[in-house]
Amino acid sequence: MKYFRLIWKNVWRKKIRTLLTILSVLVAFLLFSLLSAIGYAFKGGEDVADAERLIVINKISLINPIPMSYLNRIQATEGVASVTHATWFGGYYQEPQNQFGQFPIDPQSYIDMYPEFEMPAEQIEAFKRNRTGAIIGEELATAYGWNVGDRIPIQATIWTKADGGRTWEFDIEGIFTTSDPRGSSALMLFQYDYFEESRAFGKGTVGWYILRVSPGADTVQVAKAIDLQFENSPSETKTSTEAAFAKSFTQQFGNIALIVTLILGAVFFTLLLVSGNTMSQSVRERISELAVLKTLGFTDRSVLGIVLSESILIMLIGGLLGLGIGWVLVQGMAEQMGAFLPGLFLSPGAILGAVAIMIGAGLVAGIFPALKAMRLSIIDALARA
Amino acid sequence: MSDILARLENVSRIYQKGKETVEVLHELNLEIPNGDFIAIMGPSGSGKTTLLNLLGGLDKPTSGKVTVGDAELTAMSNSQLSRWRSSHIGFIFQFYNLLPVLTAHRNVELPLLLTNFSAKERAKRASIALDIVGLADRAKHYPRELSGGQEQRVAIARAIVSDPSLLLCDEPTGDLDRENADEILKLLQLLNHEHGKTIVMVTHDAQAAEYANRILHCDKGTLEAMAA
Repeated sequence: MKYFRLIWKNVWRKKIRTLLTILSVLVAFLLFSLLSAIGYAFKGGEDVADAERLIVINKISLINPIPMSYLNRIQATEGVASVTHATWFGGYYQEPQNQFGQFPIDPQSYIDMYPEFEMPAEQIEAFKRNRTGAIIGEELATAYGWNVGDRIPIQATIWTKADGGRTWEFDIEGIFTTSDPRGSSALMLFQYDYFEESRAFGKGTVGWYILRVSPGADTVQVAKAIDLQFENSPSETKTSTEAAFAKSFTQQFGNIALIVTLILGAVFFTLLLVSGNTMSQSVRERISELAVLKTLGFTDRSVLGIVLSESILIMLIGGLLGLGIGWVLVQGMAEQMGAFLPGLFLSPGAILGAVAIMIGAGLVAGIFPALKAMRLSIIDALARA
Repeated sequence: MSDILARLENVSRIYQKGKETVEVLHELNLEIPNGDFIAIMGPSGSGKTTLLNLLGGLDKPTSGKVTVGDAELTAMSNSQLSRWRSSHIGFIFQFYNLLPVLTAHRNVELPLLLTNFSAKERAKRASIALDIVGLADRAKHYPRELSGGQEQRVAIARAIVSDPSLLLCDEPTGDLDRENADEILKLLQLLNHEHGKTIVMVTHDAQAAEYANRILHCDKGTLEAMAA
């Protein structure tokens, strides 16, 4: 800390150059925070996955349906404790941009399968009783200002009704929250029976099955046993853990993690070049000053530490500013897009990771100029000055 | 402690410049008593600055022994020399070599950052040093806001702030006009007479050398006493 003033003053030796470098660091970490939040949102499903839940989908792809008749056979498989199902509805509210997850489900078995969704018992009962009833997550209720008792129209993009209409109306019977803070409640669940009798096509099918394995059962063996049952049938299945399912679901949009990594890799590589150049110039300009410090008694290590600290300080100033602005923007995005892309969140892990990157990038950008300063010969440097 | 502060015994310094070997100092012997003020004169390339560098532990002889106080510099590592310099030697350069990003006060305080003094103690000592050189009222000025003479005074304050026994001055008045040069030399004389500092000053200026107790002439790697 004794050297902080000296380090601080050196950082601001050329104000415009330092400001431009800090700006480039700021932009890099702003991007980092936004992309991390988006990556986190896409990865959210994987993180909240339950290890004892398995998902059965059509082997061809997630969008191919599976016969409803599989339900009893899956239920009868050894090691299966309970089964439910869901289907992707894919509608929107009023405007196409107001998209969120809607799923026709079997109320009793689905709610039993997902105890993390919490809502009052009387609302669950009301939902079960009303054929056109629906329950929504708290995030959706907040986003659209919906309350229990509201009747809402949802425009279908896939499932037209038997009468040719595309507008499905639902009565909100309950609002649930999720006990897992990383989970999303931007969902709408409604009765499969209403969906089944009203849709124009695809009758007798579901999107996927969700099952809970019995305590002590081997999940791998259970998954194999299910897929074996439907081998060579018109609808072969692929059974995987909930985490693998969530991953394959997000990968429909592309490999988000890879895209994020590639973009950030390019940004940080450029950042290292920019800040490395700044530090090199800074050291070149004050060779004689560094020689004077050594003459006064500063050791080689002290000089190395001072130059490295300057590099890290520049990264920390720009990085923390970028992270701060990113945090504010992510908060705003979460409010605006929470229903469409739930789970937008700058996680503590991402923040810690960013700080580690700042320090690491500062070390990498500063190491060569710092070594040059450390190895500086006092006599040569003073003679040149 | 003996009355001799610094001693050079059979010191030679040979530099390799490409394929050429240059012997800058040749088996030099010198004793500097405590409280002495020596001026070293001589043509360029005669080894004056090399001699100063050896006394300050900035360079090591090719052969021979350099002792300052109780420290045998030739037996010390670079980091030991650094630490030793911070408390035993004050350097004064021709071009002042102040850090432009720091105020006069902060420049003077720099050597004290290497000590365990508290911030308050460092500030107090820096203020005293600036007071001695007559620049207490310029403490908050940056080097660019000072004249050449004032900059050199700040450099002297920096050299004495850690109370070293030996001041090494390399052409301290080489960049100053006569009037400022005389002021700086009087200040050095004051530090020698009143504060007991031992001073070794390299200079080309015969008038400057007159301020010293004795003058040595350096040529072709050897030293010769001149009338002071």
